[in-house]
Amino acid sequence: MLLHISSDGPPIYQQIVEQIRFRIVSGQLRVGDELPTIRGLAETLRVNPNTVARAYRELAHDSLVEKRRTTGTFVAELPKQKGIAQRRKMIAPEVDRLLISARQLGIELNDLTQMLTKRDRELTDKEAKS
Amino acid sequence: MSDSIHTKVAVSVEGLSRSFRGKAALSDVNLLIPEGSVFGLVGLNGAGKTTLIRHLMGLLKAKHGTVRVFGQNPVESPDKLLKRVGYMTEEDSLPKWMRVGDMLDFSRAIYPSWDNAYCVELCDMFGLTRTAKLSEMSKGQRARVGLLIAIAHRPELLILDEPSSGLDPIARSDILEAIIRTVSEDGRTVLFSSHLLDEVDRVCDSVALMLNGTIIESITVEKLESRYSEIICRPNESWAHAPSVPGVFGWKSSVDEWSAVVDDTALKDRSQLDALPITQTRDISLLRWFAARTGKVPVDDANESTANDAEEPSHV
Repeated sequence: MLLHISSDGPPIYQQIVEQIRFRIVSGQLRVGDELPTIRGLAETLRVNPNTVARAYRELAHDSLVEKRRTTGTFVAELPKQKGIAQRRKMIAPEVDRLLISARQLGIELNDLTQMLTKRDRELTDKEAKS
Repeated sequence: MSDSIHTKVAVSVEGLSRSFRGKAALSDVNLLIPEGSVFGLVGLNGAGKTTLIRHLMGLLKAKHGTVRVFGQNPVESPDKLLKRVGYMTEEDSLPKWMRVGDMLDFSRAIYPSWDNAYCVELCDMFGLTRTAKLSEMSKGQRARVGLLIAIAHRPELLILDEPSSGLDPIARSDILEAIIRTVSEDGRTVLFSSHLLDEVDRVCDSVALMLNGTIIESITVEKLESRYSEIICRPNESWAHAPSVPGVFGWKSSVDEWSAVVDDTALKDRSQLDALPITQTRDISLLRWFAARTGKVPVDDANESTANDAEEPSHV
């Protein structure tokens, strides 16, 4: 997995979490896909194995991946079984981030929801084609 | 690795002091490096990092205080200890009249645990040929030879003293990979001295900060992140000087914003912060912590260090 670690960004384990999360949510990684071993990913990224282990723990805590004893770490079933309240809670930080950026850029809420709807339609079309 | 319990100690230093011609280089240094950790030793140039490391290698004898590596005094039967240790310095100190092959054969003869298959693999990875003359290689390629010699006997303790200074990014990245490979094998320990904080941040799980010949803080990276944070303040009326709040230090300002580092353990309760016009709280970065604790910013510009190194006399 070719993740990009930047030296002036959020903590490294968070960068790993975010990028793997993005790959899972965007469908690049599918349910049941195996993640690289902790040691393997640490070597390619040149980061401490503990950092990768911590990122994997975080992903497992968010139910995005699951550790199978002895075999490795796999992308988990999408957390549909979680209650709607829990799933909303998971996405809340992203919503906050989006709203803050939108306010700073002076984009009205109406505008923003329109953009969301439009983008969602585009993504749906893309999925239908592939 | 993640779940191993750090009980054994690879390196312990107690009350180590040293002066050269009456000038204190180390004063009362205390340090514990648990087995299996990647330990970053950071500090400004001249803080005493190399002097400390030379004591660990038995190149200097402890005059005041004790030094133990794997429980052993490094100056007593150093042969026993040094075969368990890999060592690389920033000095470009390999004998330049040798060819790569001779240098490797020589090293293989010294280290009983030399792993020839690993050596061949590393030669391949680093693009080293046995017939190449060390004198005709680039500084980066010579550094790779030095690195190979430091790790091909699969040392239990790998000591890297400013290995990256003056090297190109690819060579630096090879060094980082070697560190990770070494520590991936259980129980092996790395001591990485550097002022390139982004590299330390990537590979180390603990850091010790040296200032004026003493270690002012030694902490795991995880504790560092939970103990310290950075705050940004935007005062309504501009401050003539930084406010004094216990547990808040390293103030610096840029136009109308002030930044400081908060030490959670020195703060009696967080309500002390309420009086400050805080606009943002950020995760601490190693650089910010370093700058706040030392009151300075390290020179971590690769170009600058290359320029400096080029002016240094060769250490052959």
